[in-house]
Amino acid sequence: MHLSLSEDQVQILDFIDSLAKPFATVPMHDVSFALESAELDNALAENGFLDVMAMPELGAVTAALVVEKLARLPFAVEAAASALVRPLIDPALPRPLCLVQEGQLRKPVRFLRPGASVVVVGPSGVRSFTAGASHVRGAGDEVLYAYPMAYLTGYANDMRRHAVAPQEIMRAWRVALAAEAAGLLGAALHSVVTYVSERKQFGRELATFQALRHRLAEDQVMTNGVYWLALRAAGSGDVGDAALAALHAQEAARKVCYDYHQFLGAMGMTLEHPLHLWTYRLKALTAELGGRGAQALAAAYALWG
Amino acid sequence: MDFSWSAEQQAFRDTITRFLVDNLPDDWEAFSKHGPASPALTEFARGFCRKLAENGMLFPHWPKDVGGEGLGPWEQQILAEVMWEFGEPRGGQYMNVNWIGPTLMKYGTEAQQAKYLPQIGQGEMLWCQGFSEPNSGSDLASLRTRAELEGDHYKVNGQKIWTSYAGLADTCFLLTRTSDDRKRGITILLVPMDTPGITVRQIPSLIGEGDIHEVFFDDVIVPDSQRFGDEGQAWEIIGFSLTNERLGIPRYHLARSALDRAVAMLRTAGDFGAEAVRIEAARCAALCEAARTANYAIVQKRVDGMAVGAESSSARYATVMAERAVCEFIVEEVPEALAGGSDYLQMHHQRGIVAGVAAGAAEIQLNIIASDVLELPREPR
Repeated sequence: MHLSLSEDQVQILDFIDSLAKPFATVPMHDVSFALESAELDNALAENGFLDVMAMPELGAVTAALVVEKLARLPFAVEAAASALVRPLIDPALPRPLCLVQEGQLRKPVRFLRPGASVVVVGPSGVRSFTAGASHVRGAGDEVLYAYPMAYLTGYANDMRRHAVAPQEIMRAWRVALAAEAAGLLGAALHSVVTYVSERKQFGRELATFQALRHRLAEDQVMTNGVYWLALRAAGSGDVGDAALAALHAQEAARKVCYDYHQFLGAMGMTLEHPLHLWTYRLKALTAELGGRGAQALAAAYALWG
Repeated sequence: MDFSWSAEQQAFRDTITRFLVDNLPDDWEAFSKHGPASPALTEFARGFCRKLAENGMLFPHWPKDVGGEGLGPWEQQILAEVMWEFGEPRGGQYMNVNWIGPTLMKYGTEAQQAKYLPQIGQGEMLWCQGFSEPNSGSDLASLRTRAELEGDHYKVNGQKIWTSYAGLADTCFLLTRTSDDRKRGITILLVPMDTPGITVRQIPSLIGEGDIHEVFFDDVIVPDSQRFGDEGQAWEIIGFSLTNERLGIPRYHLARSALDRAVAMLRTAGDFGAEAVRIEAARCAALCEAARTANYAIVQKRVDGMAVGAESSSARYATVMAERAVCEFIVEEVPEALAGGSDYLQMHHQRGIVAGVAAGAAEIQLNIIASDVLELPREPR
């Protein structure tokens, strides 16, 4: 058991901090539902930050740390699936990577666009194809989630079959979800802590009222738990650990998204405050992989049969 | 980062487990279900802890020069996990290992160390913790039990309450007021419980026999050589002690063990098929494992020689959440457990329900997290 960051891990996270510095804040006057940057995305890919899992001295825990770190940015980056799932399928699959559960065409897909790699996971196995324009139906301006999202109109006829068990991809997907949620939870908490420490009502900071303090403290406890469960699941490669991490992430997301918008009051309903960039990504993640109930059932099966 | 146990750590866990399996009586679960403070378990623990000491398992993480094996915080955690999984056969002596011993080593005089550490080391000494008072619970710094220095001794008058193990303890780690300064006016005295003027009354409780008491001090004479630390140093010392105590009880591990036992009972009864039950069980497991990893992160800090600080309150609160969820799950799904249907689950329940109260109320932990982890501006006083 050793839970300290290695020197390599500290260095990688420091590199990411430097590289992502121009993207650490929301551009002035930006009121987008979702923020993306091709420049940031290219820099991360070119510097190999999304490929660390395959390096023996770094591995899946480092990949999870990278995903967690990037999820803290106000800019949405397709990192989780690329860093934690793609190496198990084909490290050369073009990004962005869009993970889809077989038979779930009803649901919007994160980062889906023409040219994206769509990976379909389910009873028929693990299959992929490159999305063409006909496979993508945009959702227009109606997307509230802070990811670029679109609908998949159907699967390509000539999907490529991958020699990896769907259960293994589901496991890695759950780790990816938990690691990304951990970063989103951390960033959202930081954002709210800053706001309630400055905003005054009744002559004092909101953060001095115990009604908020205790809930924020509970949110910190949940956020901390998601962080460690995500890293443990990445490190152990265990199916049960992955399901527990994803379950706890979705449980935490559900709780804090309500709390945080409540604490910000009307400010939390605006697009001028960046909170929604993290909470509406968390909301999107709560629906992924079948939601909390499905993660819980997967965990129960893994733990107790 | 490595989330797996080393071969040595796993072997250590196996050794402790095997020792308990080999040395606990066959009817252990029935025998121990009324709690670590019951007279029967306290008596059993004196002999059992001696046996643990003889086999190097009572405090293997202590330094070698005070009789330990010089192992590290991970081994301390493993030891505590196994002991709690088995319902804490050390009884109240777990406190000696977790915080009284380390506090003696850090703050005790040579004479105090020479007097108490060997007794602790022999596995036969039981302490009680004279902290809370009728009007000083979470607001511990308001305590009023007075110690007046009269020449070479203190005269103590006052009352303590909720004092675990007081009925059978040898010595009390007693917080007294020696001046009116709220925090710097508190002084620790180590008081033999057979000193004239001490009266102990057991309070019947939900959490087992012998667990909580009132202790009355009427003109109790305590030599000043029994003062622990300087006058007014108590707040600093108990800050150190409580940090160790908060970490010392791996309730998350007992909660997980109880959850697994409850699921096994449900399965045997053919009642673990319903999705609603399985989902709730998994939620409990997630909370247990979240608490486990949060506690492990703190242990790592100790391994690295870093200050543990307020994050231990976060780990402790995670444990409270896990205990609450598992207790509620068992009441809902295995109600017979609290009515004679399972000694082990009853034992868990009686320990679990106190998780948010013992060693500082959970709400106080939330205050600490808010102020010292999140660094929110403090509440006005």
